[in-house]
Amino acid sequence: MTSFVGEDGPTSSIRFTVNDRPISVAIRPDRNLLEVLRVELGLTGTKYGCGEGECGSCTVLLNGRATRSCQVAVGDLAGATVVTVEGLARDGRLTPVQQAFVEVGAFQCGFCTPGMVVAATALLRRSPHPADAEIRAAMDGNVCRCGGYGRILRAIRRAAEISALPPEARG
Amino acid sequence: MTLPRPRRPWDRTDPARRDYFEVLGEGLLAQLAGRPAGGGARGWSPPSGGAWVHVGPSGGIRAFTGKVEVGQGTRVALSLAVAEELRVPLARVDLVMGDTDLCPWDMGTFGSRSMPDAAPALQRVAAGAREALLDLAADKGIGPRDRLEAVDGAVTAPGRSGTVAYGALVTGERRIVAVDPAQPLTAASGWRVAGRPIADPRAEEVVTGRRTYTSDLRLPGMRYGAALHPPRMGSRLIRADLGAAASRPGVQVVHEDGFIGAVAASPREAHSAVAAIRAVWEETPEPGEAEIETFLRHHPASGDDWDTAERHEGDPVSALAAAPFTVQASYRTAYIAHTPLETRAAVAEWTGTRVTIWVGTQTPFRAREYVATALGIPLEDIRVIVPYTGAGFGGKHGGDVAAAAARLARAAGAPVELTYSREEEFRWGYFRPMAIIDLKAGADRDGHLAAWIFHNVNAGAAALLPPYRIPHQAVDNELSESPLAQGPYRSLAANTNNFARECAIDELAERAGIDPVEFRQRNLDDERLRVVLRRAAETAGWADWHREAGRGRGVAIGLEKGGRVATIATVTARDDRPVRVDRIVTVYEAGTIVHPENLRSQIEGAAVQALGGALFEAIHFDQGRIRNARLSEYRVPRFSDLPEIEAVLLDRPDIPSAGGGETPMIAVAPAIANALYEATGRRRRTLPLLEDDLMPPPTPTAGARRPTRPRAGGSSRGSPARSRGTRRASPR
Ligand code: FES
Ligand code: FES
Repeated sequence: MTSFVGEDGPTSSIRFTVNDRPISVAIRPDRNLLEVLRVELGLTGTKYGCGEGECGSCTVLLNGRATRSCQVAVGDLAGATVVTVEGLARDGRLTPVQQAFVEVGAFQCGFCTPGMVVAATALLRRSPHPADAEIRAAMDGNVCRCGGYGRILRAIRRAAEISALPPEARG
Repeated sequence: MTLPRPRRPWDRTDPARRDYFEVLGEGLLAQLAGRPAGGGARGWSPPSGGAWVHVGPSGGIRAFTGKVEVGQGTRVALSLAVAEELRVPLARVDLVMGDTDLCPWDMGTFGSRSMPDAAPALQRVAAGAREALLDLAADKGIGPRDRLEAVDGAVTAPGRSGTVAYGALVTGERRIVAVDPAQPLTAASGWRVAGRPIADPRAEEVVTGRRTYTSDLRLPGMRYGAALHPPRMGSRLIRADLGAAASRPGVQVVHEDGFIGAVAASPREAHSAVAAIRAVWEETPEPGEAEIETFLRHHPASGDDWDTAERHEGDPVSALAAAPFTVQASYRTAYIAHTPLETRAAVAEWTGTRVTIWVGTQTPFRAREYVATALGIPLEDIRVIVPYTGAGFGGKHGGDVAAAAARLARAAGAPVELTYSREEEFRWGYFRPMAIIDLKAGADRDGHLAAWIFHNVNAGAAALLPPYRIPHQAVDNELSESPLAQGPYRSLAANTNNFARECAIDELAERAGIDPVEFRQRNLDDERLRVVLRRAAETAGWADWHREAGRGRGVAIGLEKGGRVATIATVTARDDRPVRVDRIVTVYEAGTIVHPENLRSQIEGAAVQALGGALFEAIHFDQGRIRNARLSEYRVPRFSDLPEIEAVLLDRPDIPSAGGGETPMIAVAPAIANALYEATGRRRRTLPLLEDDLMPPPTPTAGARRPTRPRAGGSSRGSPARSRGTRRASPR
C-alpha cells in the first residue's frame, strides 16, 4: 500500500488502485488525478498538455473507460481502478496497441503517444474492429500536434489485426 | 543517462586539454580538426563547432552533437550516419545531444540545418574514427594496414585470420585522433544501414510511457516552481505585495533582479502562490486587432542581415503597365502559436556554485548564455542539457524557463522544476508574426511572367525571392515592431511568402486562361522543381479532374533551403457543412535521403500542421493581451480534420541532404487556398482562410477571463525571442 499525505490544507483519506497497486491518499479532495499520478506517485507517463480536458495527453483508464485525468478530482476516486500507460504492458510484453504504434512508427516527439495508446486501448476493448470513422470519432479528443494522425490511424487498424491473432502469433 | 561533468565545458576548453577520458572512460576519441567539408555553407548559420566520437572498451560508440531532438527524428537520422561510417548496427550508437558541457557548440536546432550541418560533421568524424581503429589494429599486428577492413563493429584481416572487436582494440587506450575535415565519406550508393527504412530502437520507451521528457524528471528533494509574468509583453512592474503568497505554508517566494516567483511542494501550490501575489504594472496603450495592420505598416524595426533580402532587376513598373494580365492584391497572415504539446519546462539543480539545467529548448548554447547573463554567473558554471522534448516547431528558442528554474533552485537550496501551464505557454512564448504582403504581378500574352513587385511587412526573408523566371522584379521586405512577442516558426517566412506568391500565380494563370500546373511549368527554369511539380500532378491525377460544384483542387510549389516541394490539395466546401480538406499530395525532393520513413512522417505531419494555419489557427488579442490563450479557444488540427495524405519522396543520392522538417509544409496553405477558390468562387487572401465562417473570434469575456491579474511565468528580461521588433533566425 502506498500512502501519502499532502501539505496543502484540509484533507480526507481516499483509497483506490493504480496499476493494481493499492493507494491511500490524504490530500485535498479537489486535487486532480493527473497531478497525483505525476507528482505524488511519480507515474510521469501520463502527460499534461492543457489541463482543461482538450488534448487527451492525460488519458488513463478509469474503471476501464478512457478518462482525462486532469478532469478527475481525487475525491471522486474512492474504490476506483486506475490504469495508466505504465500499467498496460504485462511481464514486459507490449500490448497489441503498443506493438502496432512501434511497428507503424506512429509518433514524432512522442508526447501525445501515451494518451493515444490508452485511448486506443479503450476503443478496441469496446469495439474490436472499428471502422475508420469510428476511430476518428473516438480519438478526436486526443491532439497530436506533430500531426501524426494518419500514422496513428494506421496503428490502430494494425492493433485491431494483431489483437485478432492468437496470442502466440502476435510476435 | 546523464554523463559525469567535465572540469569545464568542452566547447570552452582547448581541444588538447579536454578531460575526455576522465568523463567517458578509456578508449579512442576522434575529433574533427576544423570545419567539416560540405557543411554549414550558409553565411547566416555558422556550422556546429566540430564533432567528436568516442569508442569505448564495450565497443559502444558515443557521438556528440549540439543539435537537439524535438520530434523531428534527427536522433535516429544522425545516429544512422554515424553507424554507417563506423560499420556498426544502429543500436550500438549512443548520440549525446544538446549537452553544453559535452557537445560541440551549436547555434541551435532550426532552419533545417541538422542534416546539412551536423550530418557531414558526424559522418566525417565517424569515418575518421573507423580509419583510426584500422590504424590501431595494424599497430597491434592484426594484419597489414591495407588489407584490414571494418565490418560490423570489428576489424577483420583477410581470410578472417584475425578479427578483433573495436572494444578489445581500444581497451587500455587513451588515444585522441584528429580527423581531417575532408575525410572521404562512404558514397550513398554503398550505404548498408542508412537510406532505408529502420525502426527507432527507442520506440518501446515511448509507447510504455517510460521516455523521460524534461517535465518528467524527478530529482531527489525536488520542488516545484512558478514565476510571475507581466500582464503583457513590455509591462513594467511598479510594485508587488508578496505577503499573502509568502505566508502560505511550505511556500517560498523569490524576488531578485526584477524576477518574482514561488517554490512549493507541487506545481499547483506554486502556481496558486504566484496567483496570490498582488502586482501593479505600468501599462502603455497597444494596438488591437482592428489597428494592427496600420501599426505594422508604420512601425519599422531593424533586424539582422538574414532578416531581409531584396532583388531589383529590370523595370517592373513599366513591364507591369504593359502586361495584358495582371494581379494586384494584398495578402495577410495572422499571428499563430506553435502550441507544442509539451509546454516549456526546466529543472535546475545546483552543486556549489555550478548549476545543471535540463530544459526543453531548441538552442541549448544560447540558453546557457541567457542564464549566465540573467544570473550573472560564468558560462563555465552552467550546464544545459536538453532531454527529449515534446516538440518545438521553432517555438522553443531561448532560455527564459531555464533562468527562472535556476533562480528558484538557488533560492530554495533544492532542485526545482518549472513547467509552464498551457495558458502560460500561449501568453509567454512567442508567435509566428502577423504579416502583410503587397503584390503586383503581370504576365504576357503567352503566359510568361513579365513583372513581379513583391513587398512584405513583418514576415521575414525566407523564400522571399520567386523561383520563377521573371525579367522585371522588385522584391523586398521590411521588419516591424509587434505588440505581441514574435519569433521563429517552422519554416517561418517561407510559409507566408510562399502563400502570397503561389496564390498570386494562380490568380494570374486564371486571368491568362492557362492551367495552373502548365502556367508554373512554363515559368520555371529549375529542372528539379519542374520534376517535382510534374510528379505531383501525376500522383494527384491532375489531368483527370472533373469539376463539380462545391469541390476544388489547388496546386502550389516551393523552393527553400535546398528542398523542392509541390503540393496538390483537394477540398469540399458546401454551404451546409464545414470546409473539409479531402486530400493532400506532397512531392518532396531534398537531395540524399538518409532516413526515408522519418522524412515521410515529417511531410505528413507538416501537412497537418500547415492545414491548421491555413484554415483556422489565429491568435486574437486586444491591448497587447491574448484573448484565446487556451486550447479550447485556439483550434488546432484534430483527427476529424485529417485528410488523405500522400507523401512522395524523390531521392537524389548525388546531391547532399538538405533536411526535411520545414520545406515540405510551405506549399500546403496556398494549395488549399487555391482549391478553396475553385470550390467557392471566392478568393480569400488572408490566413487563416476560414476564420470568418468557422471560428468566430472568442468574445472578449470568454477570451479574457483572467486578464487583469498577472498569472505565473518566467522573467522576461532580455529574452531574445521577446524583444520587440526584431526578427530572429529561423524555425524549428
Ligand atoms: S491535460 Fe488533460 S486533456 Fe489536456
Ligand atoms: S508525436 Fe508529437 S504530439 Fe504527437
